[in-house]
Amino acid sequence: MADFANAAFQSREAAQHLAAQIAALAPAHRHVKIMHVCGSHEHSLVQWGLRALLPPGVELIAGPGCPVCVCPEHEIREAIALADRGCLLTTYGDMLRVPTAAGSLADAAARGAAVRLVYSAADAAKLALAQPEREVVFFGVGFETTAAPTAALVLADPPPNLSVLTAHRLTPPAMQLLLRAGEIEVDALIAPGHVSAIIGSEAWACLPAEFGLPTTVAGFEPVDLLLAVRDILAQLRDGRAELSNGYARVVRPAGNARALAALNTVFEVGATWWRGLGELPGTGLLLRPAYAALDARARFDLNLLPEPDEMPAGCRCHEVMLGRITPPDCPLFRAACHPLRPHGPCMVSQEGTCYLWHQYGDAGALAA
Amino acid sequence: MLSVASVRRRRRSGSVKEGELEATITLAHGSGGRLTAELVESLFVAAFDDDAGREMDDAAVLESGEGRPALTTDAFVVKPRFFPGGDIGHLSICGTVNDLVVCGARPVAMTAAFVLEEGLAITELKQIAASMAATARRAGVRLVAGDTKVVERGSGDGVYVCTTGYGLVDKALQLGVGRIRPGDVLLVSGDVGRHEAAILLARGEIGFSAPLESDCALLDGEARALMASAGEGLRVMRDCTRGGLATVLCEFAAGSGRELVIEGAAVPVALAVEAVCELLGLDPLYLACEGRLTAVVAPEAADAALAALKSCAPGAARIGRVGDAERPRLLLETGIGGRRVLDRLAGGQLPRIC
Repeated sequence: MADFANAAFQSREAAQHLAAQIAALAPAHRHVKIMHVCGSHEHSLVQWGLRALLPPGVELIAGPGCPVCVCPEHEIREAIALADRGCLLTTYGDMLRVPTAAGSLADAAARGAAVRLVYSAADAAKLALAQPEREVVFFGVGFETTAAPTAALVLADPPPNLSVLTAHRLTPPAMQLLLRAGEIEVDALIAPGHVSAIIGSEAWACLPAEFGLPTTVAGFEPVDLLLAVRDILAQLRDGRAELSNGYARVVRPAGNARALAALNTVFEVGATWWRGLGELPGTGLLLRPAYAALDARARFDLNLLPEPDEMPAGCRCHEVMLGRITPPDCPLFRAACHPLRPHGPCMVSQEGTCYLWHQYGDAGALAA
Repeated sequence: MLSVASVRRRRRSGSVKEGELEATITLAHGSGGRLTAELVESLFVAAFDDDAGREMDDAAVLESGEGRPALTTDAFVVKPRFFPGGDIGHLSICGTVNDLVVCGARPVAMTAAFVLEEGLAITELKQIAASMAATARRAGVRLVAGDTKVVERGSGDGVYVCTTGYGLVDKALQLGVGRIRPGDVLLVSGDVGRHEAAILLARGEIGFSAPLESDCALLDGEARALMASAGEGLRVMRDCTRGGLATVLCEFAAGSGRELVIEGAAVPVALAVEAVCELLGLDPLYLACEGRLTAVVAPEAADAALAALKSCAPGAARIGRVGDAERPRLLLETGIGGRRVLDRLAGGQLPRIC
């Protein structure tokens, strides 16, 4: 199964060679904790069984990188409210099952509300054109990667019956805040490849500069991730803290100028809530007043205020998101919290750390 | 759409002849009256061409045969009804015949029940019936009884088909997950995931296309080849439908209490399926097939079984083994030498695929 994707980045020989180099670079008497902040990285890690190739002292943990997981409950309740009011609510698939006190979007669909899964923001515009008599709302969730297509949708003169409910967030400032507050304690960071394709690798320069963290932008093939680990371990051995870009075949230092211009035109930066982490200033992308006519919150007069404590009882998803614990450390994991009946958001999304560990097994469980 | 009255008028005026069908299904076709009888006789009985069906009794009475009876039933709601590589009719025969043959049964007879939506084009129904008849003939199975109901427009999605299959299993044949032993070999009859990937593309909702046909096909030849070549060494067979290859192997692991290990690089996956999976974040091991089986065979029978399987399914492959550990789980050795657990998925990756 290695024909389609770039075979060189899925090569067994390269992977084994890198694993040997990583084992040699791993410090003998020190535990190294490397955080990534991307659901697709976690997916690759478990899909390829990469943790089984790392020496025991090198730990790769998932940070707040799953867009579904960090979306606070009140934003999902806004989407449910719009669907219940008769709008055709369109969004990305993973959002449908996230539980809130008011149920999930899937529950709303089951009681007759119109909720439709779309694969892109542009599909929402197509639906609005096809059903001009109906109010269509695009619930745009995610980081810079999905914020850019939402911005493009807003700028493409959408049909009058389309509006957007935006829940977009910025990754580098959130990481900065969490590191400054001591919420996250790690030795190095693997920066997300897709997000960096939009914002550019240089957006991460603050991490080595301010926090002395070796930081490397990585792609999504197994060899990409092993290269990143090797680079980080070499930096730690030499006492260096630099920004490197191991995904230069996609990511440029300054990012994608067109996408950044669109983001800047449509959104302004402001405070926003992260599930379980509270309100973080300067981490939200808010629609500029010039586009208020397209804002579903204004059009339908939504007034749902965020509530600070939104984690379901006993749920430790926020600690999983901060890399403080791994899913098996949570007493609900695999017991009360299961993909069929998820308790917290990390068990819902296919990018959620708990879902992935549940589905694919963690490295620890693979020891005989 | 023509009403019953207008058909009668047209019949009287000679524009619709007796025995000729209207353009679309109406509620009257499900009334149990004359239109129902016409539909059944001129469409289904004509297509299925079976003595028992022609008798039009309330039940088909069959001769008893040698062996233990096997019985299975399945409902088909696939969307779209016609897809590259098949249609709901072909699928409804393959699905039920395959459930029989992987249990070692010779298919003997089938029944089919149809739930039709008002407004369905009769030509479409004819195509579906013809497709069912052709596949049943190829499988050597008789279509001996059926039923037709019509629901109001909006209450169904064109056609739902439910088929029931009856077959006979040789008295001496023993197959089952309980017969799986450490060291056994895992085989698959061809590349996996094509049906679900083809259905996904056929829906036209994802904005790209690929030259991809469903693998929807009968597995009677494959099952016979395995039974003849492996004999007692054949432990168990199952067709990889919803949940795909991984789900069937998880069931084997759970049923046998053993650890099964598959090699990712040995599992055949068509290039187009791999591309679809890569772009949409799906796992081909969990995508449904409708013409693939996986089998567990004793190590000494494995070479002969694979050779026999390849003679009717050239894409067949040896994909893994049964481990020594008494731990009911399925492990995947990834192409780069990593390992991971494969568990049953919480929900399907895609609704209404069969």
